[in-house]
Amino acid sequence: MILERKDILGIKELSRDEILLILDTADSFIEISTREIKKVPTLRGKTIINLFYEASTRTRTSFEIAGKRLSADTINISASTSSVVKGETLLDTARNLEAMNPDVIVIRHSAAGAPHMLAGMVKQSIINAGDGAHEHPTQALLDMMTIRTKKGHLENLNVAIVGDIAHSRVARSNIYGLKKMGAQVTVAGPATMIPRDIEQMGVTVHSSLDEAIKEVDVIMMLRIQIERQQQHIFPSLREYAQRFCLSKKNISLAKKDVLVMHPGPINRGVEISSDIADGPYSVILDQVTNGVAVRMALLYLLTGGKA
Amino acid sequence: MKNKNRVVMDAEAIDRSLTRVAYEILEKNKGLDDLVLIGIRTGGICLANRLQRKIAAMEGIKVPLGILDVTLYRDDLLRTNKKPRIGKTDITFSLDNRKVVLVDDVLFTGRTIRAAMDALIDFGRPRLIQLAVLIDRGHRELPIRADFVGKNLPSSLWEDVSVNLTEKDGVDEVVIEMDSEE
Amino acid sequence: MNWLIKGARVVDPSQHIDGQMDILIEEGKIVKLGRNLSPSRKKGMDSMELAGLVVTPGLVDMHTHLREPGFEYKETIQTGSEAACAGGFTSIACMPNTNPVNDTRSVTEFILRKAAETNLVNIYPIAAITMRSEGKSLAEFWDLKEAGAIALSDDGKPVMDSGVMRRALEYANSLGLPIISHCEDTCLSSSGVMNEGFPSTELGLPGIPGIAEDIMVARDLLLAEYTRSSIHIAHVSTAGSVRLIRDAKNRGIKVTAETAPHYFTLTDDDLRTYNVNTKVYPPLRGKADVEAIKEGLRDGTIDAIASDHAPHALTDKEVEFEYAASGMIGLETSLALGLRLVSAGVLTLNQLIGKMSTYPAGILGIPGGSLRPGAPADLTIIDLQRSWTVSRDTVCSLSKNTPFLGWDLTGKAVLTMKGGAITYDELHI
Repeated sequence: MILERKDILGIKELSRDEILLILDTADSFIEISTREIKKVPTLRGKTIINLFYEASTRTRTSFEIAGKRLSADTINISASTSSVVKGETLLDTARNLEAMNPDVIVIRHSAAGAPHMLAGMVKQSIINAGDGAHEHPTQALLDMMTIRTKKGHLENLNVAIVGDIAHSRVARSNIYGLKKMGAQVTVAGPATMIPRDIEQMGVTVHSSLDEAIKEVDVIMMLRIQIERQQQHIFPSLREYAQRFCLSKKNISLAKKDVLVMHPGPINRGVEISSDIADGPYSVILDQVTNGVAVRMALLYLLTGGKA
Repeated sequence: MKNKNRVVMDAEAIDRSLTRVAYEILEKNKGLDDLVLIGIRTGGICLANRLQRKIAAMEGIKVPLGILDVTLYRDDLLRTNKKPRIGKTDITFSLDNRKVVLVDDVLFTGRTIRAAMDALIDFGRPRLIQLAVLIDRGHRELPIRADFVGKNLPSSLWEDVSVNLTEKDGVDEVVIEMDSEE
Repeated sequence: MNWLIKGARVVDPSQHIDGQMDILIEEGKIVKLGRNLSPSRKKGMDSMELAGLVVTPGLVDMHTHLREPGFEYKETIQTGSEAACAGGFTSIACMPNTNPVNDTRSVTEFILRKAAETNLVNIYPIAAITMRSEGKSLAEFWDLKEAGAIALSDDGKPVMDSGVMRRALEYANSLGLPIISHCEDTCLSSSGVMNEGFPSTELGLPGIPGIAEDIMVARDLLLAEYTRSSIHIAHVSTAGSVRLIRDAKNRGIKVTAETAPHYFTLTDDDLRTYNVNTKVYPPLRGKADVEAIKEGLRDGTIDAIASDHAPHALTDKEVEFEYAASGMIGLETSLALGLRLVSAGVLTLNQLIGKMSTYPAGILGIPGGSLRPGAPADLTIIDLQRSWTVSRDTVCSLSKNTPFLGWDLTGKAVLTMKGGAITYDELHI
């Protein structure tokens, strides 16, 4: 029952067994959040630093709650309040933090590869909370946990991921994870948002929502990241919504017991209509609950004595 | 590895002990009011279930039963790399003002019970906590004692005491293994 | 300044020589080559017994960045020269993207003055095509040539405006100044940091498609054809570029081209560790491009190998991959990486030396690349069997940004001689 790793940087390098270990451990942590006293003393005295270079309320809050429910001391550093604004490099920030001896550093950064750079330079465990368009391992883990809890398994399920695939770390991590666990993955989005050669990741590519969601078990809608795009790679939100919004009009193409997922925050009416987001197929809120459990599981598995 | 097994309790002996413990619980608590049984994972679960059945047979009342996993409260968790599997904790009723009887198979150093009490107090404020064990093998490292004991079994530290129960091991017996590695 | 070099294998592409021969040098010039030469009666004649080693015309690197003036924290003319000598180079051409940009005679003269002071390697300044390399108004080509510039380039940036590039080609051609073009369509390359392909998709890094280079190569070839001028394409990296240049040469367009060792040694897969020392412009490409580059070298489409030596300090590199500066040093590893092509049968040693000495000198119109009698005694002595490891401690350059750190290489320049004077010596003559 050991996670033989210092860091969780991506799903790509995790084995199927490691993913199962994390999901099984996360299952046991769900119950704690339902108690009156939502706290166990397991990580008492441990320090977790959340180093967020990119704005994020929900992921950071999720990590903070996860740490606190394990009785750890959690400290949040966001780019606007740190010396990063003065031009301190990531490495100098990291070395300064290392000197204060935390146990785990959770980092979110807009530059892909930043957590990997950090992991090579400090002795603490690093958890990647999202690096650029590269990976978002905790999101994929909580997504897989949600699917597994609802469907009982991940093998042979058909999953469609829809949206700005090119810029999506959620898409990449989920593709790696779902494929490792034996699911079939389809991606869809405007042609300008499908990254080069993505078929080599073992996914089917569609250019229309209707084709992509035919008879699928799970639909994962991605957020259109307006703030991250500097170039206009599609004409308008209006056109995107007309072609790719998941709504009552097209949901019936999927299986009757389809799960609708979204990493959040939702752009209502753009990626997903309100009635679908709030409707019976949606497990979006379960994703949030499971997110805390998955993050607790990772903090639990990564801390402690090292061999 | 030389392995001398001694069976110190067979199925009949276990059953008689449990019956006596059930009576003792009723006697000491003067009945079943506000009584709940909490079995400590894993050894205590089957025993708690059996006690619940015996009490039901005696008094016709099914005492509420919960399962407690103490892994996250252990004091030795973060000292090693090995992370034990965390089991489900399942306590669906409030513990406030209840008389909790903790049930475990073997009482040894007392650390598991210490962890269990910390866990219970996070769940609520029991009126009192009592401890029922099948075997007390001595060698306490903390000031903990059992209220109800199936059998006192002085043992040496080189011995391993196992409680096997039909529900999980296929047979009812308490075994002492001489743990000698050669 | 007087030497008799005996017993070495002499490889001189300019005279189609490859064989054991002696070389007589007097007063810093080659006097003659022949078998069993005896030392002349000149005073102070020394001899070198170099059996087992190879002697070639001094290597010429037509694309380096010496960073002085303005970026002395990355490299200086002094340290860059030391790196060049250690790499076996006797002549190097340096690009104008200094600070200030070398777009006026005063900067050119400064560089030449510094070069004379260090006196380790012949340094030839390449001046800018446009003022501040902004791509808008032409620099004073004639004045720069008078000051000593031997070619023009806005390297680091393309001249995006085709109208400006046309005028540049016409004017430079009339002055006999080569134009070295950095081909990049910045509208396509915009925020990219690595080659666009499957690795960039997996790594989630914005990609630069190969066509960003191909499109500008095509444009420049057409401009050169239309203006009846010659053009040199810098750092060719894609299969598309190689094909366009090959077709252009077949059609009679006066184009020459260079590539850098990393484009025939590494691919975009080598970026998977986010190693900042693999970040370079043009980016490392895919396997098919690497094969096309090798074929282009083999069939003569690519005339020269130039290092594109681009030093960057730790503070520029040791940051997030996207923000890291692009570029790698190369003067000290060029030869060994080129020799890998010889071991792999892509080039003969003669062809390699041609591309690293004779042809670059010819394209730039500078002396060098030949051991003809009367030529300056610029030589490189190479030990083809020497094994060595690239390490931080042994790199002479001020900056250590190379992806080849830790690599075990075979083949090294063990002695470099410029004008009869030894500038680098591992043989302890």
